[in-house]
Amino acid sequence: MKSLAELQKIKARMQDRVVLREGSGDIRVVVGMATCGIAAGARPVLNEFVKDVSEEGLSDKVTVSQTGCIGICQYEPVVEIFEADKEKVTYVKMTAEKAKEVVEKHLKGGSVVEQYTIGAYQS
Amino acid sequence: MKELSLNILDITENSVKAGASLTSIIIDEENNVLKLTIQDNGSGMSEEILKGVTDPFYTTRTTRKVGMGLPLLKLAAEQTGGSMTVESVSIVDDPLSHGTKVEAMFYQDSIDATPLGDVVSTICTLIQGHPDTDFYFRHRILNQDKDILVEMDTRQIREVLDGVPLNEYEVIKWIEEYLNEQYAGPDDTEQDVT
Repeated sequence: MKSLAELQKIKARMQDRVVLREGSGDIRVVVGMATCGIAAGARPVLNEFVKDVSEEGLSDKVTVSQTGCIGICQYEPVVEIFEADKEKVTYVKMTAEKAKEVVEKHLKGGSVVEQYTIGAYQS
Repeated sequence: MKELSLNILDITENSVKAGASLTSIIIDEENNVLKLTIQDNGSGMSEEILKGVTDPFYTTRTTRKVGMGLPLLKLAAEQTGGSMTVESVSIVDDPLSHGTKVEAMFYQDSIDATPLGDVVSTICTLIQGHPDTDFYFRHRILNQDKDILVEMDTRQIREVLDGVPLNEYEVIKWIEEYLNEQYAGPDDTEQDVT
């Protein structure tokens, strides 16, 4: 069984690293988690981002956070990506599979996955 | 909502938004009856808002004050023959003891019952998004074949972590496994040790 002693070990391991990381986080991934987002399937999308960002070693530059309704409920699950000096990218109708691809191509590779953006849906 | 666990996520987000420092999520399953209680120490609601909070078409607002979350939970409960109640004490009326309590009851053998779904994922999502807020979670399952108690308190986890944020991925993963193992029950191979 998982024990608090094991958690203690995680703490010891993380404590140094967390100090290093403070103040960084150039890219922000924000997932809409209001009623509309949750009903449309935002929970697995968020969890995929959290998992992949960590497993791909991107935690130093990418933070994943949650927000409320941003007013385009018909396009939920919606994910916004903010990066310094760049225009905001809005991904719509997201799924866990698409999230995986966005981590790979956009967050890691630096190129926007155009076909999942709101622009691709509106045109 | 496809799963009750998504309703739980949605309602608890309201508690966090109401400034709750502690939110309790308690699920009691006994045979075919499921009782859900979500209680917080947030800012609460005035009587007027409370009156309209379960009616999606009631509004006195010019800006949005209530959403669809509670009406959806109420619908999910009532369509099984169950019910939902909301009690709230506004911070304005009682600055010391305020908060909101949502209670819902479901008959799980109803053909219109929504499955509970992935509660562990809901708890992990809440902690990931609100690492500075505390959550107490308890889930009891009692029927002919099962007697399971799953429990978690982020206040206890926070104390052990001593400053390490609760939304560190390794911590979230630990919490996920900690809960999953409690659902699986004690491991027979390890039990002999003690």
